[in-house]
Amino acid sequence: MSELRSWTQIPIGGYITEPQNSVKNKTGSWRTQRPVIDQDACTRCRICWLYCPEPAILELNKPYVTKGGRKYNLTFEINYDYCKGCGICANECPVKAIKMVPEVV
Amino acid sequence: MGMASGQIKVGIRTIWDVPKEEYFGPGQLTCAGCGPSLAVRHILKAAGPDVIVVNATGCIEVTSTQYPYTAWGVPYIHVAFENAAAVASGIEAAIKALNRKGIANVKAKVIALAGDGGTYDIGMQALSGMLERGHGVLYVLYDNEAYMNTGIQRSGGTPRFAWTTTSPVGSRVRGKVQSKKDIMSIVIAHHIPYAATASIAYPIDLMNKVRRALEVLDEGPAFLHVFAPCPPGWRIDDSKTVEIARLAVETGVFPLFEWDHGRFRLNPPSNMHVDKSKRKPLINYLKPQGRFAHLKEEEIKAMETEVDSYWDYLTRLLKAFG
Repeated sequence: MSELRSWTQIPIGGYITEPQNSVKNKTGSWRTQRPVIDQDACTRCRICWLYCPEPAILELNKPYVTKGGRKYNLTFEINYDYCKGCGICANECPVKAIKMVPEVV
Repeated sequence: MGMASGQIKVGIRTIWDVPKEEYFGPGQLTCAGCGPSLAVRHILKAAGPDVIVVNATGCIEVTSTQYPYTAWGVPYIHVAFENAAAVASGIEAAIKALNRKGIANVKAKVIALAGDGGTYDIGMQALSGMLERGHGVLYVLYDNEAYMNTGIQRSGGTPRFAWTTTSPVGSRVRGKVQSKKDIMSIVIAHHIPYAATASIAYPIDLMNKVRRALEVLDEGPAFLHVFAPCPPGWRIDDSKTVEIARLAVETGVFPLFEWDHGRFRLNPPSNMHVDKSKRKPLINYLKPQGRFAHLKEEEIKAMETEVDSYWDYLTRLLKAFG
């Protein structure tokens, strides 16, 4: 939470003038399990990205070469700042490349 | 004949056509695994930035607009529970008037967004008025089948036998006594250009329906009924939201169809399901859900009879208007 503004600093009508400023809520702190993507098993099908409700899966133009020598131009990574750990990605992954691992402090 | 009798124009063919842009979240306070949150993300991806969202009170409203934050990347207004359709009507009429008088040149489309409580029950009168007056607004109902953010109270959208805090389970009362209201038939009875059902488990179908709905707004209202499971309310694991939504379609509980200019069409995979043997057994859908955990065999049978009779109704619609 940012510091609360006084009434003189609030826009007329209480409008929120900054779109999507909810990014300041780091909802990742809610998580009890974290999804971990096995980049070698991942086939870059985009399904986890499509079904993430937050969204907290990043589609990055980051080349990756698997242990088997397969070259990908895309990499999917979890954005742990916002991931609430629901596990939809792991449940929907067709090649089971995402594991849910307990969060330990 | 073009659009009126033909297939919908497919804008998004594969998963790679889904736009990368995000207009909702992250940082919204929806529960982990929230179905409605996913629905809104997909709807705005399909609609793009040139929309004005009018939201009824409900889960999405309380979780996306915790002052001083907003999860919305498009202009957004919330007024009250019952009047999303009335507010949307006003905005649409204002845009029309300003454009006509040359004061403004606004191309933005208006999307009203409400849950099952805000549509089936509290917002029904405003919705019916909006449809009757013919405002060019896309009304989206995200259906999680109860009042979830206030603590799981039954609504007109809650299915028969479902447990909620106001339809408790005992030896005599076995969850909700009444059946789910057939909202699609009510909406179609207003003879609007376009109405369709969609599911978060079939996002490409959902996004193409949003695009088609926005296309027809020059002629009148459009309506989308989006199925969006709620893990805490349905007593399912957070990770099962999409799986349960998919099972609802595969078992025939929530068929995907559209009503386009007086023509009725079942969409894949529901177009296979007129033949009951092609539907998965209803138990596959009920078993993982805690809200149906109390069901006895004869109650499951009663539910199955209800699903079958709805399919009988859809089949007759298909014969008459297909």
